[in-house]
Amino acid sequence: MNSFMAWIEQRLPFMDAMNKHALQYPAPKNFNFWYVFGILASVVLVNQIVTGIWLTMNYEPSGDGAFASVEYIMRDVDYGWLLRYMHSTGASAFFIVVYLHMFRGVIYGSYQKPRELLWIFGMLIYLVLMAEAFMGYLLPWGNMSYWGAQVIISLFGAIPVIGEELTIWIKGDYVISGATLNRFFALHVVALPLVLVVLVFLHILALHEVGSNNPDGTNIKKPKGSVKPEDLSKFEFHEQYTKKYDIVDAIPFHPYYTVKDLVAVVIFLILFSWVMFFAPEGGGYFLEAPNFTPANGLKTPEHIAPVWYFGPFYTVLRVIPEKLIGMVAMFAAIGMLFALPWFDRGIVRSFRYRSKIHLFNLTQFAICFIALGVLGTMPASDLANLAGRIATFGYFGFFVALWIYSKDEKTKPVPERVTG
Amino acid sequence: MSNVPVNNGRRRFLTAATSVVGGAGVVGLAVPFIGSWNPSARAKAAGAPVEVNVSKIEPGQLIRAEWRGKPVYVVRRTDDIVNNLSKHDDQLRDPKSEEAQQPEYATNTYRSIKPEFLVALGVCTHLGCAPTHHKGDFEQHVSGIKDGFFCPCHGSKFDMAGRVFQGVPAPLNLVVPEHSFPTDDTLLIGVAPGEA
Amino acid sequence: MKKFILALLAVFPMLAGAAGPSLDLDKAGNDLSDKESLKRGFESYLNYCLGCHQLQYQRYNRTFADLGISDEEGLEKWMPTGEKVGDHITNTMPAKDAAAWFGSTPPDLTLEARFRSPDYIYTYLRSFYVDEKRPFGVNNKVFKDVGMPHVLQDLQGVRTMDEHGELSEATGGTMTAEEYDAFVRDLTNFLEYTAEPNKLERQNMGYWVIGFLFIFLIFAYLLKKEYWRDVH
Repeated sequence: MNSFMAWIEQRLPFMDAMNKHALQYPAPKNFNFWYVFGILASVVLVNQIVTGIWLTMNYEPSGDGAFASVEYIMRDVDYGWLLRYMHSTGASAFFIVVYLHMFRGVIYGSYQKPRELLWIFGMLIYLVLMAEAFMGYLLPWGNMSYWGAQVIISLFGAIPVIGEELTIWIKGDYVISGATLNRFFALHVVALPLVLVVLVFLHILALHEVGSNNPDGTNIKKPKGSVKPEDLSKFEFHEQYTKKYDIVDAIPFHPYYTVKDLVAVVIFLILFSWVMFFAPEGGGYFLEAPNFTPANGLKTPEHIAPVWYFGPFYTVLRVIPEKLIGMVAMFAAIGMLFALPWFDRGIVRSFRYRSKIHLFNLTQFAICFIALGVLGTMPASDLANLAGRIATFGYFGFFVALWIYSKDEKTKPVPERVTG
Repeated sequence: MSNVPVNNGRRRFLTAATSVVGGAGVVGLAVPFIGSWNPSARAKAAGAPVEVNVSKIEPGQLIRAEWRGKPVYVVRRTDDIVNNLSKHDDQLRDPKSEEAQQPEYATNTYRSIKPEFLVALGVCTHLGCAPTHHKGDFEQHVSGIKDGFFCPCHGSKFDMAGRVFQGVPAPLNLVVPEHSFPTDDTLLIGVAPGEA
Repeated sequence: MKKFILALLAVFPMLAGAAGPSLDLDKAGNDLSDKESLKRGFESYLNYCLGCHQLQYQRYNRTFADLGISDEEGLEKWMPTGEKVGDHITNTMPAKDAAAWFGSTPPDLTLEARFRSPDYIYTYLRSFYVDEKRPFGVNNKVFKDVGMPHVLQDLQGVRTMDEHGELSEATGGTMTAEEYDAFVRDLTNFLEYTAEPNKLERQNMGYWVIGFLFIFLIFAYLLKKEYWRDVH
C-alpha cells in the first residue's frame, strides 16, 4: 500500500497538495464568526450542483412541459419535492452566505493589498452566481419566472442603437419563449456551473498564495529570522510557508479549522433544514406565490419584483427616472465593488483600528445596502422611490468617501500580534 | 501547544463518535438521491395492471395487449393444442419449466392458470425481438407440430406454451407475467391471483 | 461589531412588513391532518368544482392513498367517470368553449392554495353578493368583477352588499351560516392538500432531520472544544 502511495505521489503529489492546502496550511488562530461563510458557500455550492444534477433527470426544458415537469418532480418522483426544495432553498442560502462573506471582506479589509486579485475572483464568482440564479429562476416557468426575465431582459433594450435587436437575440424570439428557456437551461446547468467551479478553484488558489487575512488585519507571516524562537507558532506547517517566513499566531487548518468549520456547517444545516422543511417558500421570498401559476405572456402578476437577492441593484435601477442611466447605474453599483481595493487607499485593514469616520461609513453602507434590498422587493411608490434614492446615494457615497478619507486617515496603531 | 496534557483517549472517542454520527448523516442524505431513481407515480400509473376481455377471443386466436411497454401475447388454445402440448417434451430445452420464467402458479405443463389461455410476453429470450405466431403452419419450422412461435430475427422457436425448442439461440422459455382472472371473462395482467 | 448587528436587526421588521397582501382575509382555520374533513372537501370538489376546474397535477390514487381511501372504494365511489385510478383529476370541458362561456378558461386549482392562500379561498367562497351588472348576476368582495357564477348559492343563499361594503343575507340557503362555513373550510382544506400533497410528510421529516443535526452538533462541538484546548 505504501509503495503504491509513493508511486502515485511521485507522479502526482497528492499528499503534498493536501498538506499544503489543508493539513498544514497556516490559518490565523483568531478567526471569528465572520470567517465561516467561505466554507458555508462551498457547502451550498456542492448542494446546488448535486441537487441540480438530480433535478435535470426529471425536468423538461420546454415551454409546454417545464411547469408541469416541476409539479411532476414535486408529486410523482420519490423524494422529488425534497430535492427541489434543497435546490430552491439553496439558491437563497447561497446569496445569504455570499453577502455575509463579502461583508466580512469589507469590514476587515480583506480586499486590500496583497489580496486584490483574490477579491476580484470573488467578485467574478458573485457575478456569475447572479447570472446563474437569474437563468435558473426562469426554469420553473411560473408566471413570476416569466415576467421577472421579461423585465431584466428588457433592460438591455435601453442600450442605444442595438438595444432592441439585442433583446430579441437574447430571447431568440419576439417574446420570451421555449427558445429562451432552452438556452437559459443549457447555460444554467452546463456552462455557468463550469465557470463557477473554475473561479472557485482560482479563488482558493489565490487565497492560499497570499494567505488568509484575520479580524485584526495583521500579518501572520513575518520576514524570515525576524521573530524570536519562543514567539514562533508551535505547530508544524508545510515547508512552502516556513522556508520563506516566520509564522506567528497561526494554527494548521486541519484539524483545528476543520472541526471548527464542522460545527459551523452543522449549525448552518440546522437553520437551512428549518427553512426547507417548515417554510420552503421563505415567507414568499424564496418561492414567490405568482410562480405557482404557469407562465402567461398575457397576464402580468400584480406586483413584479425580482427575487430578494437582486433587490439592491434592482432598486438602483428603478429609482433613476431615465432607463439608460438607470441601467448604467445598476451595473456601476456592481462595478464599484470590483474596484473597492483601489477606492480604499488606506493601509490599515480591519475596522477595529480604523477611524470613527470609517466605522460610520461602513455602517451607513450596510444600512443602505439592506434598505436597497428591502425596497427592491416592495411595490414602487413615491416614498419608496425617495428612500431608494437616498440609499443609492449612500451606496455610491461609501466608495467616494472612502477614497477621500482613506488617504490620510487617522488610524489606531495596529498590534504586531493578533488579539484574542 | 497548551500546557494541559492532551487526552488522547477522549480525543479518539470523540473523533470516532463524530465520524459515526456524520457517516449516518451521509447515509441518510443519500436516501432521497437513491430513492428518486425508483419508478415515479407516472411510471407506476403507466405500468398499472392491464385488463383484457378474453370472451371475444376465438379458439386458436392470438391477441396482443400492452403492459409496461411490452407486448403481451394472449392465446386461446384449442383443445387440440392443449392435448398435444406434452407430446414433444424431448424436443424442448426446459419442458418442465424448471427455470423461473413463470410465476409459481403457472409452473405446469400449460404454463398458465387455465389450460385454455396462454399469457406470455412477446419478447424473445434471445435478444428481445417479437416472435411471430404461426397458426397451423408451424410445420415449416418444426415438423409434426402445427402451431408455435417463430422469432424472425435469429430463428428461435417456441411451442404454444412458450417453451423454447432445442437447437435455437434463445436460451429460455418465454416469460409468463403475473396475471389472474378476476372473472371468467377478464384477464388482469400484472396482478397475481388473490392479490388486489 | 455590535453596532452592525443592531443595525441589521433594525431592518428586519421592515422586511416582514414588506410581505403579504393587504387584503382583509378571514382565517380558514383548516387542519390538514383531519382526513374526514379532507374527504368531505374532496367530495364537494367533485360535486361542485371539477365540472369547470381541473386538478391536472393531482392523481386520483395519490389522493386516495393520502386520504385513506382504498383504490377499490375509490374506483367505485369517487370516480364515476370510468377513468383509471392512476389518472389525473381532470374534466372534459373544452378550454375554448369555457373561455367563451366565462370570459376566460377556468383556472386549474391544483396549486391555487399556494398561488393565493387557504385564507383567500376560504374568504372568496364566502364573499359572493348580488350584482345585476355582472353576467352571472353576482360579484365578489375579494375578487372584483369575478367571471365565475356563485355555484354554491343554493347552499349559502343569496347575499347583498350595503353601501358600507358589508354583506348580509337576503334569502337563506339550504345550509345555516355555520354549516356553510364548515363546508367551505373542508373544501379549502382539500385544496391546501392538493397544492402540496406532501406537506405533512415534509414537516414530519423536518423534525427528524433537525433532531439528528442537534445530536450531531453536540458531538461536533465537543470535538472542536477538545482539539482547541491545544490552541488556547
